[in-house]
Amino acid sequence: MDVNLITIFILAIFVGNEVINKVPPTLHTPLMSGSNAISGIAIVGALLAISTDGQISTYLGLAALICATINVVGGFLVTDRMLKMFKKK
Amino acid sequence: MNLFYLISAVCFILGLKRLSHPKTARSGNFLAALGMLIAIAATLASSDVLDLQLIAIGVGVGAVIGLLFATRVQMTEMPQMVAIFNGLGGAASALVASSEFFKIDDLSFIICLSVFIGTLTFSGSFIAFGKLQGIVSGRAVTFKGQQALNALIFATIVVLISVNNLEVMSAYNIFYLVVILAFILGIGLTIPIGGADMPVVISLLNSYSGIAAAATGFLIDNQALIISGSLVGASGLILTNIMCKGMNRSLANVIFGAVGAETSDGSSGDGKEMNIKSYSTTEAAMILDAAEKVIIVPGYGLAVAQAQHVAREVADNLEAKGKKVLYAIHPVAGRMPGHMNVLLAEANVSYDLLKDLDEINPEFEDCDVALILGANDVVNPAARHDQSSPIYGMPILDVDKSRTVIINKRSMNPGFAGVQNELFGYDNSIMVFGDAKDMLNDLLKEIKEL
Repeated sequence: MDVNLITIFILAIFVGNEVINKVPPTLHTPLMSGSNAISGIAIVGALLAISTDGQISTYLGLAALICATINVVGGFLVTDRMLKMFKKK
Repeated sequence: MNLFYLISAVCFILGLKRLSHPKTARSGNFLAALGMLIAIAATLASSDVLDLQLIAIGVGVGAVIGLLFATRVQMTEMPQMVAIFNGLGGAASALVASSEFFKIDDLSFIICLSVFIGTLTFSGSFIAFGKLQGIVSGRAVTFKGQQALNALIFATIVVLISVNNLEVMSAYNIFYLVVILAFILGIGLTIPIGGADMPVVISLLNSYSGIAAAATGFLIDNQALIISGSLVGASGLILTNIMCKGMNRSLANVIFGAVGAETSDGSSGDGKEMNIKSYSTTEAAMILDAAEKVIIVPGYGLAVAQAQHVAREVADNLEAKGKKVLYAIHPVAGRMPGHMNVLLAEANVSYDLLKDLDEINPEFEDCDVALILGANDVVNPAARHDQSSPIYGMPILDVDKSRTVIINKRSMNPGFAGVQNELFGYDNSIMVFGDAKDMLNDLLKEIKEL
């Protein structure tokens, strides 16, 4: 494992901590579904995996791509649907 | 290439930052989606060996399923939805790592780790989904030696991962064994957790799905995955922590404690006779009519009965009569963080009326009526003084300080923790039995007639 990558990993955790601590309880559910959509970033890995040689690898990549796309598309849309409802009168 | 991943990471961070206020939240979500689009476009543009036909199939199938999920799901089913998405996130990471294993035909520590976390997230999330949906028993399912078994499985996986090239076993066998054991462990860790502890489990699985993505990022040397994965991992851990504080329990206690496993051994009454006063909706309407300040306390029962809309109508009618109406939201009310807030937002309740624990507790002192809809353990005063109670020490909503407490419940069955709520017997408490939706509909009619 590359030390640079570990540095990025640790710093990103600190950033996440700072940013997310400020999210109010009212928005905790959209935070979960929104961050869930972000974890669909595995889609990048799936895109690369699908194009490798070897049948099994390709099919596993395809399965990964389907799962990750559901996560990304569904996650962002449902978060938007929820956030649309939060109104102040 | 990496520059684009950096831009998308910045979009994610700024997007999450904008989630800290309801006004900017929607644009934040949009910004995060834009970041994802940039990452996908950059990946597609970077490689010329991409199999575009297969990619179109995968994206097409996934997008249609995602679209259907997102548009069809009801707000009351949001916990199930989040559970499914957590599971798919874990599965995606595990599958990418598996694909890499079959490609390079070599089992590394990091492949094992990604597959382990991803698979565990997948099976755990689907058990959580099953519990929320009622397919699997919502109660804690426990058996003798359960924790020992989980520990044994975990230890085996640790050994397999750290010594990933055993002489006696081929890489393939180790790989399959890790997948199977991780799958079983995910089930084993989630099945003993009961319904009311679900907010903790959902948050924790959310965190795992992020960590799985980060692990996969290490594997394929991709910063975008590492940054986004750790953001999500941190987010899930923060929520887990908040949920645990909301119950005054440690994470270990939630995972291994299995509260509410047995409720039928008759110990719940603890000998004290309670004087329960059952009122009709007519009487409840009159009490509300005489009140000036009303605080509504929603719980899981409100979600089950889908009563959020009629609850808001009742509140509107009370407000029209010049009364002040607020909502008290306990951190662990419902089945996931923020569950009640989303339901009430759906019912068009202004978000500034939704108050969290610290904000609302001083308000009960001069409150005329606390109207409790399907909440139980989070309003049990025993948490303050009864050291023998399983919920002792849990921060609760001080509803008993209001002049009158109206409690709507379906029956006298004890709450999730299996403890009878002494609040029901208090002098200022009255019970109105019935399904929350039916009761509120009746109440609405009565209030309008007064």
